[in-house]
Amino acid sequence: MLRIENLTTDLDSDSGLVRAVDALSLTIERGETFALVGESGCGKSMAALSILRLLPDSGRVSAGSVHVDGIDITQLPEARMRDIRGRRVSIIFQEPSTSLNPVMTVGRQITEVIERHTALRGPAAVEKAVDWLRRVGIAEPERRINDYPFQMSGGQKQRVMIAIALAADPDIVIADEPTTALDVTIQAQILELLVKLQASQQMAMLLITHDLAIVAQVAQRVAMMYAGQIVEVAEAKEFFARPSHPYAVNLFEALPDTSKRGRRLASIPGSVPTLNQQFTGCRFAERCGNVTDRCRSAPPPLVEYRPGHAVRCVLYQGVTPAEAVERVSNKDAALPPSSATGDTVLEVRDYRVWFPIRKGLFKRTVGHVKAVDGVSFTLAAGRTLALVGESGSGKTTVGKAVLQLLRNTARISGSARLAGVPLETMHGEALRCARRTAQIVFQDPFASLDPRMRVREILEEGVASLRPDVAPGERAERVVALLERVGMRSDVLTRYPHEFSGGQRQRLAIARALAVEPKLIVADEPTSALDVSVQAQILNLLQQLQYELAVAYLFITHNFGVVEYLAHEIAVMKEGRLVETGSAEQILNRPQHEYTRTLLAAVPRLSRA
Amino acid sequence: MPKLVFLATDIVLYLLLAAMAFYAWHALRTPTLRQAWRAVASDSAAMSAAVVLGAFLLVAVLDSFHYRPRLPAAPGVAAGAPVAYSTQTLSVLDALLAGPREAREKTYSVPLGTHQYSKESMLVGGKMIRDFPRLQFGGPHLKDTGRDWIGDLVRRSAAGLAGGALAAATLWLAVAALRARGTGVGIRESLRAIRHKTTYIPWRAMLLTAAALALFVGWVAALWPWYHVFGTDQTGNDILFQAIKSVRTALVIGSLATLATLPFAIVFGILAGYYKGRVDDVIQYIYTVLSSIPSVLLIAAFVLMIQVFIDKNPQMFETGVERADVRLFLLSAILGITGWASLARLLRAETLKLTELEYVQAARAFGVSDAGIMRRHILPNVMHVVLIVAVLDFSGLVLYEAVLSYVGVGVDPSTNSFGTMINSARTELARDPLVWWNLLAAFAFMVTLVLAVQLFASAVREAFDPRSRAFRPHRAKPAAGRARGAVTEAP
Amino acid sequence: MISYIIRRIAYGVLILIGVNLFTFVLFFTVNTPDDMARMNIGGKRVSPDAIEKWKVERGYDKPLLWNASAPGADKLTNTIFFDRSVQLFAFDFGSSDSGRDIGYEIRQRVGPSIAVAVPTFLLGLFVVIVFSLLLVFFRNTYLEFWGFAIAVFMMAISSLFYILIGQFLFSKLLKLVPISGFAGGTDLIVFLALPVLIGIVSRLGAEALFYRTMFLEEIGRDYVRTARAKGLSETAVLFRHVLRNALLPILTSTVAVLPLLFLGALIMESFFGIPGLGSYTIDAINAQDFAIVRSMVFVGSLLYIIGLILTDISYTVADPRIRLS
Repeated sequence: MLRIENLTTDLDSDSGLVRAVDALSLTIERGETFALVGESGCGKSMAALSILRLLPDSGRVSAGSVHVDGIDITQLPEARMRDIRGRRVSIIFQEPSTSLNPVMTVGRQITEVIERHTALRGPAAVEKAVDWLRRVGIAEPERRINDYPFQMSGGQKQRVMIAIALAADPDIVIADEPTTALDVTIQAQILELLVKLQASQQMAMLLITHDLAIVAQVAQRVAMMYAGQIVEVAEAKEFFARPSHPYAVNLFEALPDTSKRGRRLASIPGSVPTLNQQFTGCRFAERCGNVTDRCRSAPPPLVEYRPGHAVRCVLYQGVTPAEAVERVSNKDAALPPSSATGDTVLEVRDYRVWFPIRKGLFKRTVGHVKAVDGVSFTLAAGRTLALVGESGSGKTTVGKAVLQLLRNTARISGSARLAGVPLETMHGEALRCARRTAQIVFQDPFASLDPRMRVREILEEGVASLRPDVAPGERAERVVALLERVGMRSDVLTRYPHEFSGGQRQRLAIARALAVEPKLIVADEPTSALDVSVQAQILNLLQQLQYELAVAYLFITHNFGVVEYLAHEIAVMKEGRLVETGSAEQILNRPQHEYTRTLLAAVPRLSRA
Repeated sequence: MPKLVFLATDIVLYLLLAAMAFYAWHALRTPTLRQAWRAVASDSAAMSAAVVLGAFLLVAVLDSFHYRPRLPAAPGVAAGAPVAYSTQTLSVLDALLAGPREAREKTYSVPLGTHQYSKESMLVGGKMIRDFPRLQFGGPHLKDTGRDWIGDLVRRSAAGLAGGALAAATLWLAVAALRARGTGVGIRESLRAIRHKTTYIPWRAMLLTAAALALFVGWVAALWPWYHVFGTDQTGNDILFQAIKSVRTALVIGSLATLATLPFAIVFGILAGYYKGRVDDVIQYIYTVLSSIPSVLLIAAFVLMIQVFIDKNPQMFETGVERADVRLFLLSAILGITGWASLARLLRAETLKLTELEYVQAARAFGVSDAGIMRRHILPNVMHVVLIVAVLDFSGLVLYEAVLSYVGVGVDPSTNSFGTMINSARTELARDPLVWWNLLAAFAFMVTLVLAVQLFASAVREAFDPRSRAFRPHRAKPAAGRARGAVTEAP
Repeated sequence: MISYIIRRIAYGVLILIGVNLFTFVLFFTVNTPDDMARMNIGGKRVSPDAIEKWKVERGYDKPLLWNASAPGADKLTNTIFFDRSVQLFAFDFGSSDSGRDIGYEIRQRVGPSIAVAVPTFLLGLFVVIVFSLLLVFFRNTYLEFWGFAIAVFMMAISSLFYILIGQFLFSKLLKLVPISGFAGGTDLIVFLALPVLIGIVSRLGAEALFYRTMFLEEIGRDYVRTARAKGLSETAVLFRHVLRNALLPILTSTVAVLPLLFLGALIMESFFGIPGLGSYTIDAINAQDFAIVRSMVFVGSLLYIIGLILTDISYTVADPRIRLS
């Protein structure tokens, strides 16, 4: 059906020529779901765009072929290629909110494909579009067909996107992170829909994702990519039962879940190499625990060491498979028990955060968006409270409001006591004192450090502001000690944030928060912008720090894996209210509330036990 | 000793140069800035433009040191009497170009001409005839203009061009030698690198521009003492001299007006974006009011006010040049006061974005004061917008000056500017026979200046706003590989 | 949506009040009527009597804001502020410093001004969009490169050059159209052809580059990639998807063009001898007639605000996100 051979894609970037995809080969049969997984920047999305020849201006396919039913589409003239796009091969993009034309009705956007590739015109095409909307599960399709994208929810938009992709009955559909931008419950529905439609249309599907759990649910075969190359290909069952490449093995170990509670996650040190270089050896060598001289001397080939299971690793060349697996097994380390003292650090009672809606000429307040509407919880020293919920549930607002960051923009009522002291009534000096006890770590490591400040300035700013009593000399010492604590060398002090990777930046952000010796850290999705391998490093660090400093975390996240792994208590939030609060064990195993159960059921898991 | 005169615009110009020097020093020490400027330095169009701008800047600087020459002691005045100074304020440039400045004809003459453009009654050999009289300063050394003119012109041009070529070649070798020393390669290797455009800084383009400039200067230098290279205007003044004098006016307007917008734009833009709410409403209201008044009218209103002020206080200005300069200075200030709205709007939008960023929130969580956040986190991160807008607006202001002068609310009529030149060209084009050289000179100088500024500005924008790099036009690279996306499809 | 427009209109009135107060302060407090009189009568030594007489003739002898000597409501109305600023809202412009009725002049001159401005604006918009779309369509080819280079060069040329050279070329040399003047009926086209053409050409470079950026910005968006993934041709992508979306920011930017249009009209009208508001204003500036300049500030802002509101309305029509919410 689809046969890709040696597909190589180059991108012209500021840092030189980047080989985003390097000699990618794979085949997909009719009716098969093939998953291409890998962390961000591994080239999986570029591969998808290369297949359809939709690369950005700076990119080009520099070698290789893509055969669709025996025709090499890389050689087709552009006009012929257009007949392929949407008709033979179509694609579903990640971000439904930007991938649809905002000023065109969804109906028009669907009929456009139908009229382009089939004989249907006018009312017949509209009828077909209505039919497709129905098939992708949009209620009242006759009415909704005249809606604009902004009138639909994120999930509905992605359904429309699917309808567009499938409207001309393509043979192959590429789904590029189709559920990543969606909430977990919606995610489950969309996946289910995709699987159902794929079966009924007898299409081949190339699923591109970073989420191993999704792969486990839907794919028949899997290829794992690392730094532009496929490092492992296998049947899905085989892959999950017997991951072989050291990278794959470690990635599974780095995934947080309940079973790993109390243990350190296997973290892969370092980060992905940049692709603007010539590799003389294995691309994973620098991060690999099994590295030998052989790895650095020549790039390893992709070798099929068991029927249908190929790995790009010297460990599997010329040795028996069993031995090889043995060699890359992972060393676990148990975490020391948390040093909880039981003192309450944060006590939130009946908290409400209402954002005013201003309207009219004089911006009168006509109503409120009740982002947080009556939330109560307590958090003790050395403990982690995970605040979970879907987007828009108000969980981030809670964190920011508690830190008194929303004073000017929202109406806040209820009480939040930090170490017994009410925060709302504080001003000036008292508030500054309180700020020493509570700090925050943000989600986006690229936005959380001022790009125009050196690391030293970033780390010292907080100390200088909140601890004016600390002498400059002592301040400098403290900064060096902090860096050590988060696992960075002190020679980074004179560098700027852009010189660091995402994981390193997040370490710096944590160091900045620790600079004033807080008792509470609000961690607002601290790992959701990071790849699994880096996430593990940060989670380990956070737990280590909690043990050493008895700091309490208010951990805001939507990632259940992380919650299951490190939370002591869990609070489930929905539409500004807490639907359920309790110990992690209780919530995860015996959820009381319907919504909690729905959420837990929707979370994709590696093992579907 | 002549009496030194510091005009208001002179002082601001010196301060501006000092500020530029300080910025250069600061940029060299800051990696992010250094990197961005390195990108500018690698752009051949921008660097060629910079060479041209450098020449213009040199002219403007020379024209910004003013003095009043001492008058020779009148006979019969006691030795201890106070020294008398001329009522004329001159600049160093005036002194350097004293020849062309003082070479005044009666009226129009064509470029490089030897005769006046209009007939006059003359007494030749006792008879009244009407003919074109010889110019006083246009080829006075020629005996028979009909016979000698062409030969003289060719000879002098050749000498001038040769001189220019020599200077250019010397410069070329000097750059190659300096580069060779700096990089540690041989001079031959260095020359080759320049020729094959393999240097990081586009030396070849810069040197070619400099060579063109040198040839032009050499040519002018060889001919100017003997001819009016660009002809003369209605009152017989040398056009080229006026065009050169106009450069300072253009640069002063461009830079001063831009400078004057900055305080308003930065303060209001950041305050509105940072505090939002009521503060934002008020500031938005102010700049909407300001920008809803057609700017010409607003400026006209202001300028009429200044004129009243100047007329009412004649005692404040000792010489005509000082009076004209105050008008130039205030005009630039007015352009600033009336023109800050668009930059403020941009800065407001940028600040709105920044305040949502996590590092600003982190600073808040650290209890950093609002002023501290704005100064340390917002201002440095919006400065690139300020820089981009400042260089982009510069050329617009130069163009705007011409329009304002035409409307009658521009610079003082006695100040040389492109606007006043174009203004007079209007009647000259309607004349029969037509006078075209005034317009041509103004056009050539103005387009060169504006184009150079624009090319430089767009390189600055690309360096400081990486997003805009995507909008740069690319010539198709032949055989750039097969199977490119639909995007690059050649129709 | 209706309430949105009403709100915009109310805001427009508020802005107009601001403009009015601002000009009042500028014209009557920065300079006193005495200064104006002195300047208008001319000469350095003007007798106080002459100044007083000049002021009385034009009503500038009244107090600025508060007439304590007048009875009742006249305390407020019998002032310069009321006469010269508040009355503007009733479109009562009073008489110019030289004694002519400004309102009458404006009514006479609005027609010719519109006759130049509207075609310049609409045809200009069309030409610029076509030119910039062509640049975008031929991107990454030599055609784009040279089109871009020409646009940059055109941008560096002062509009005055376009007028001077245009007049010289078309009127004096080729004698295709009259140099200047204005007449009704079919002659209108003859007289307007050149000003409109020059008005368009002088703005073409800068605006084409600006619009090109807008189009390119849209082309980089995800939905364009979706459209291409459907197998649509580049023309269909450009016209059906990109154009519609790019028109929204372009609409906003046309507001920015409106004051330029006014400026263009100013010099254009005076160069071509069109008896419109622009030439009226220029004459007033040269004659230092403060009353006319003040009135024209008001009219100019009014036109700008009307443009602003029209833009808002067209934006609401063009953007379903605003229209339907």
